[in-house]
Amino acid sequence: MVWYIVRRVLQVIPVFIGATLLIYFMVFALPGDPIAALGGDRGLNPAVADAIRERYHLNDPFFVQYFYYLKSIVTGDLGTTFSGQQVSDILARTVPVTFRLALIAIVIEAFFGILIGLIAGLRKNGIFDTVSLLFSLVLISMPIFVLAFLAQFIFGVRLGWARTTVSGDAPLQELILPAFVLAFFVIANVIRLTRTSVIENLDADFVRTATAKGLSRRRLIPVHVLRNSLIPVVTLIGTDFGLLIVGATVTEGIFNVPGVGNTLFRAILLSEAPTVVSFVTVFVIVYLISNLLVDILYAFLDPRIRYGK
Amino acid sequence: MENSQNPGPVLSASHFVAPIDETPLSATDSVDTDSKPSNLYIDAWRDARRRPLFWISGAFILLVIVVALFPSLFTPVDPRACDLQYSNQGPSAGHILGYTKQGCDVFARIIYGTSTSLTVGILATIIVTVIGVLFGALGGYFGRWVDAILSRIGDIFFAIPYFLAAVVVMSVFVQYRNVFVISLAIGFFAWPGTARILRGQVLSVKNADYVTSATALGVGRFTILWRHVLPNSIAPVIVITTIGLAGAIVAEATLSFLGVGLPPSVMSWGNDISAAQRDLRNNPMTLVWPSIALTSTVLAFVILGEVLRDALDPKARARR
Repeated sequence: MVWYIVRRVLQVIPVFIGATLLIYFMVFALPGDPIAALGGDRGLNPAVADAIRERYHLNDPFFVQYFYYLKSIVTGDLGTTFSGQQVSDILARTVPVTFRLALIAIVIEAFFGILIGLIAGLRKNGIFDTVSLLFSLVLISMPIFVLAFLAQFIFGVRLGWARTTVSGDAPLQELILPAFVLAFFVIANVIRLTRTSVIENLDADFVRTATAKGLSRRRLIPVHVLRNSLIPVVTLIGTDFGLLIVGATVTEGIFNVPGVGNTLFRAILLSEAPTVVSFVTVFVIVYLISNLLVDILYAFLDPRIRYGK
Repeated sequence: MENSQNPGPVLSASHFVAPIDETPLSATDSVDTDSKPSNLYIDAWRDARRRPLFWISGAFILLVIVVALFPSLFTPVDPRACDLQYSNQGPSAGHILGYTKQGCDVFARIIYGTSTSLTVGILATIIVTVIGVLFGALGGYFGRWVDAILSRIGDIFFAIPYFLAAVVVMSVFVQYRNVFVISLAIGFFAWPGTARILRGQVLSVKNADYVTSATALGVGRFTILWRHVLPNSIAPVIVITTIGLAGAIVAEATLSFLGVGLPPSVMSWGNDISAAQRDLRNNPMTLVWPSIALTSTVLAFVILGEVLRDALDPKARARR
């Protein structure tokens, strides 16, 4: 198990370097000279321009510049935004909010997704199964901003059950509606995977044996069928993290949740490319780490992964 | 299934049980030479054409294509002829969905926006499929260092959620926001999924007996890859391509909604929804109609993908 973890961690390092290199290259390819633009119409004193270039290593070749960039990421210096704030300061303020939102969303996603998937799988091809299939296909097809606006309009404006925007310190009850939107954006895959998994396990030998031994359905379903069906679902919830990041960006923007996604959303709207890049880098790092954790968790839950290969 | 029409026993019939008394043992192993030749794709077509969802989603996609190609057939109204005196007015004769805040005809804008979504979807999908098939097929088939390099490159691209990558590309290339750049931005980061699936398929196919016999006959490696390995491993790619096209349409709309997609002058569903959100309280329907157009088009591709998945995967067919 230890060796498996070490191997997986080592595998992530080149991917991390490659991914940051790729992002950095896109910024490097950014058309126009940012330093020349600093001077406005009058132009910059050549000596000043040179000093700035020297200070930010802009005269160095691409890979040397990338190395400085990598060094600053690793040491936790993520740069500043257009308005001069430290990205790390913004993160310290916004991450707890996004974390809370994502946690509620994942709880909702797991609860409803597994419940609906389980019932659909137990009554294969029944009415509930068909309706839940259609429901999940429609959810897959609905872009997150459409989902968010629908929820905002129906529950916020028409029914008045929830506030359409979240206030400054993001209290729990105001996060419920955005969390539901986020959860239903990613729930379809959970429903369908739980269903397939339950159907397969119902046919498995160990379930037949348990039935033959006279085990009651009440005990058979939760203990034998559901528990074994959950292993792939746990992984899916982890790997859907990328989708969750995208969803959080749009949902937080629309509901004005003061989280990390909202910061990225504002930066995109104000076309502050450097800030966008900083935050996308943060998201990619989080995504890589979460995928790593899911892989380790999977190996922990399913010994076949650990010893295979 | 299909084999029930043939009188003789067929090897591929998974549930064929020969009556013990009447059939000589040798007959159960024999191949019925009179039966029509069949393959995965013929079987899949027979399976798909019996399902109503295949025809419904197919017909809808066909309609979307016709609308995209000939928008003027569907509305006589010029979508760019906006008049502020009609701002936010409800439906009237000739303008069945009413007007936007700028006084444009909602229906006409939806009709003319169709080609944008479809073009981006198709272009991005072509990019994804070309890169994905190239990487997946070469990596899986040649193995060793080729596979090692191609798979690592794929891992790197896989590590960046493609939507975020597209956001970065579109934020950086502010001056070049058009249909081609946005398709590139989406497609260039979305291919690792296709490559991984194809690589897995190629790995399981390349040791099949027919590949070995082709090698023994002296057929070239690329010819084998092209003629034997690819046709037998491409089926899951067809499925993921159909669903990926839906994803690309959603990605374009979301990027346009965020303001880093196509410029507002381009008619697209994402731009229409983005413009309508500012007036959500007063005129929600200008947001609802393009959303319905977007969602139902995406849904049609997703359903077609599901039908194809069921039809092309014999295991899924058996489960049903």
